[in-house]
Amino acid sequence: MLNARALAATALLPLAANAQNQINMSTGISEAGAVITDLGAEIYGLHMLIFWICVAIGIGVFGVMLYSIYAHRKSKGVEASQFHENTRVEIAWTVVPFIILVGMAVPATSTLLEVYDNDDAEMSILVTGYQWKWKYEYLDADGENFAFFSNLATSQEQIYNTDTKGENYLLEVDEPLVIPVDTKVRFLITANDVIHSWWVPEIAVKRDAIPGFINEAWTRVLAEGVYRGQCTELCGAYHGFMPVEVHVVSHGEFDDWMAAKKGAAAADAALAATELSTDELIARGEDVYNASCLACHGANGEGGLGNAIAGSAIAMGGLDSHLNVIVNGVAGTAMQAFGAQLSDVDVAAVTTYQRNAFGNNTGDVVQASDVVSYKEG
Amino acid sequence: MRLSQDPAIDTVAKLGTVSVAMFAFVFVVMVPLYNVLCDALGINGKTSSEAYISLFAEVDETRSIKVQFIATNNDGMPWAFSPQVTEMLVHPGAANDTVFFAANPTINAMVAQAIPSVSPSRAAEYFHKTECFCFEQQPLDGNGEAEMPLQFIVDQELPADIKTITLSYTLFDVTSLMSGKVASR
Amino acid sequence: MGDHHHGPAKGLSRWLYTTNHKDIGTMYLWFSFAMFLLGGAFAMVIRAELFQPGMQLVEPGFFNQMTTLHGLVMVFGAIMPSFVGLANWLIPMMIGAPDMALPRMNNWSFWILPPAFLMLASTLLMEGGAPAFGWTFYAPLSTTYAPPSVTFFIFAIHILGVSSIMGSINIIATVMNMRAPGMTYMKMPLFVWTWLITAFLLVAVMPVLAGAVTMMLMDIHFGTSFFSAAGGGDPVLFQHIFWFFGHPEVYIIILPAFGVISQIIPAFSRKPLFGYASMVYATAAIAFLSFIVWAHHMYTVGMPVAGELFFMYATMLIAVPTGVKVFNWVTTMWRGAMTFETPMLFSIGFLVLFTIGGFTGLMLSIAPADFQYHDTYFVVAHFHYVMVAGAVFSMTAAIYFWLPKWTGRMYNETMGKVHFWVSFIGFNITFFPQHFVGLAGMPRRIPDYALQFADFNMMSSIGAFIYGASQLLFLYNVIAAIVAGEKVSDEKVWDGAEGLEWTLPSPPPYHTFETPPKIEEQPAH
Repeated sequence: MLNARALAATALLPLAANAQNQINMSTGISEAGAVITDLGAEIYGLHMLIFWICVAIGIGVFGVMLYSIYAHRKSKGVEASQFHENTRVEIAWTVVPFIILVGMAVPATSTLLEVYDNDDAEMSILVTGYQWKWKYEYLDADGENFAFFSNLATSQEQIYNTDTKGENYLLEVDEPLVIPVDTKVRFLITANDVIHSWWVPEIAVKRDAIPGFINEAWTRVLAEGVYRGQCTELCGAYHGFMPVEVHVVSHGEFDDWMAAKKGAAAADAALAATELSTDELIARGEDVYNASCLACHGANGEGGLGNAIAGSAIAMGGLDSHLNVIVNGVAGTAMQAFGAQLSDVDVAAVTTYQRNAFGNNTGDVVQASDVVSYKEG
Repeated sequence: MRLSQDPAIDTVAKLGTVSVAMFAFVFVVMVPLYNVLCDALGINGKTSSEAYISLFAEVDETRSIKVQFIATNNDGMPWAFSPQVTEMLVHPGAANDTVFFAANPTINAMVAQAIPSVSPSRAAEYFHKTECFCFEQQPLDGNGEAEMPLQFIVDQELPADIKTITLSYTLFDVTSLMSGKVASR
Repeated sequence: MGDHHHGPAKGLSRWLYTTNHKDIGTMYLWFSFAMFLLGGAFAMVIRAELFQPGMQLVEPGFFNQMTTLHGLVMVFGAIMPSFVGLANWLIPMMIGAPDMALPRMNNWSFWILPPAFLMLASTLLMEGGAPAFGWTFYAPLSTTYAPPSVTFFIFAIHILGVSSIMGSINIIATVMNMRAPGMTYMKMPLFVWTWLITAFLLVAVMPVLAGAVTMMLMDIHFGTSFFSAAGGGDPVLFQHIFWFFGHPEVYIIILPAFGVISQIIPAFSRKPLFGYASMVYATAAIAFLSFIVWAHHMYTVGMPVAGELFFMYATMLIAVPTGVKVFNWVTTMWRGAMTFETPMLFSIGFLVLFTIGGFTGLMLSIAPADFQYHDTYFVVAHFHYVMVAGAVFSMTAAIYFWLPKWTGRMYNETMGKVHFWVSFIGFNITFFPQHFVGLAGMPRRIPDYALQFADFNMMSSIGAFIYGASQLLFLYNVIAAIVAGEKVSDEKVWDGAEGLEWTLPSPPPYHTFETPPKIEEQPAH
């Protein structure tokens, strides 16, 4: 049906994903020739159909215009005609375009109905847009949901031109979304603060993330691979720095990944009951800082969108106030409540790091148990 | 109806009235119309904010609808908030009960408002809540906990092609609004 | 009305207190050009940062302030006031009226604009910076998460709205009540028709924008929750209200441009406009349809499928009357005897490039495909084709066309042609590659981008600097003409120009048509 047409259309403009200077939309077909998603290929086919119709009409209209510019010029000595109306012609070029539009509307309608076919999914994932990262939560029928945050992984050095940019500059994350191949996945999309929008071009899914409301979208990805996208609704300063990275893997790999992730999360939770060494805390804290704090607070704690941490009264003062800022955020500013986003071990580590790095040197050590006690009040 | 002898002023007066009317239209027509259409048709996934009074209806045992529950916090809301079950299978017409847990981890008394949202949005008008913690604000003292009930019925008229309904609650911190202070950000 | 038979006052007071439509038209045009340069400066910052991947020149937050102000200044400060300036200069002369219906309100309509834009520009210096939420200012980014300057932004929008509404009321009152005897509606130049219809659109929708920003003000300062889910409101409500204004707004921008082209192409084809009545009906059809298509700006927001389909069909329908207009313009050229002075070059440029913008608009109207286009550079390319190559080219054509009549002096034709070609080439180098990067996956409103978009972005930035530079050439040409241009010898100026304004001297006296002219007995179109 439209798929066959889509495949034929793609023969005219073969393109690789992530290709340099790509001029057209993703075809929905991978470099190797495998269909990525049926819906993506169908959308691409529809896009090309409308495009070629426009090209045909354009050739007609511009052809007549260009001919006229050449042939009907005063310098050629022609005398201007004075005809100035013709009802039949007006009717013709009202009715014929209308018919062409109806012709376009039919496949457009059927494809749109496909886009809305969200039911009968095998898996549900809650996608939440935050300023400026995504949170993914796998909904589990038994209530054992599993959630994690996905932050931009490109370094500030690359962004500020002191390091060469990697191949996936601005399109790489620390924790990608992983889904199994050939599985109907239903995305439930919302936002934590302002409106965001979740988009992966190659799987042709885009839906706005609206705070307080839930939207749904679906996909069935048929080709394993890595697919990258970005936030597509202006959401504040770092709108351009919250990419989407989706890994589509075999069922076996997915199960292994999920088990490993849950295991790591459990290990992390177990770690919270232990005491870590100062070095371990600071090393871990630096990683957390770089992933979650650096963009606003600077590589040297010098500040930027956020306040300076170097020499800050909060980072060098009472622990409770410091933890308050990190755990609960600061209402009315872009400082979020990281208590909900970082594990207790990570909060302890980053607090320790901030209190000892950037020349702060308080010598304080914060353990996960301190964070837990703080949270309990 | 002439508003003035001078035809130009007459035109001006009429157009000025149209302008004012269009401004009023936004508040008096567009907003209520949007809310009415959304409430009536569930267009944006909003469910009613009032308890549904159920008339006795037959339970349709031939259909099973999967209802998923999502609990999420809005920006700056620190409460623990989760559903007792993440999904349940229900029959249209049957009354169902479940519970959401909330815990205030801070030492201060706070007030929360849960805002429901249903997906697919066209299922919202068929999702009736006979009792819901979202109808009212939820106060919790410092370190307080609560079990918040939800009772609902899925209407038998739910379109045949809908087999999964997702009900999401977003919890907002409305403490500052309730204490009479204007929310300032 | 007029009891003064002396010329204009002298000095600054002349301009401050003038109620003369020619003076006010001149002020609108100069003000709008200044705003065009200001908005263009913001665009230069944007394109300079986007010249290469990586952050080189500005911080991301400031970049967003630039994109926001670029949009606001161009839409509300440059393009809209420029066409109001044209309306002021031309409508009374075209219909044989001595002035606008309400000359003093006309003065206020203009003079509240500079303070409004001063206030808007001053937000750059305020704590928290200028508005950075895009010219479309969606809630809650523009309410709960907005910088303190948002309140001044709201006041500025209110003032601009009042200016537009007053100006539109003036235009309608003038056209409806002050046409010279014998000038029936169907004998009016098409430029007057397009402005009449535009003015009705403005009166209907500017108050809606005022309502939207008032609701924002209430949410921000008075504890309401129109757009906040927490209080039972809905951020999507904002989008519906905004675009209910926003879609008619883009037709408000383009309809007067259509009117200008409808004056210029017949003049340089030495042939009457083909299908005058159809052109009137098509304009009215576009205006009516513009009220029922707004949600095509919101296809990804989560609307139910029935709504999505309705808006898709209604939007596709607008292609019909728009196509009718394009066909009529081409048929006007057909079998004419054309010459290609600068106004005609810009008009033909309009015809080609606006039509391309129309095609991408048709592509965008297809809802399922729009899921891949929405909020990408494909949209940015589309609207710059219709707004710059459309409205701005049309305005430029208008200036070259009527400047000799307004000033009695001819501009330098060679410089005009150079301006056209550099503009045309620069424009296309800037915006054509944006179709590609948008389709390839580059979102809008980002200060930095993935490496595969680098080459086209560099190209686009180079084009932007070329296009920007050419506007300085335009400025020079206009000033040179006014100051030292060759005096116009023939009242008609252009061989094929038709209309009452061409029967007046060049430049026309301060007051014209104090006695209504005799309208020749010719059949209504």
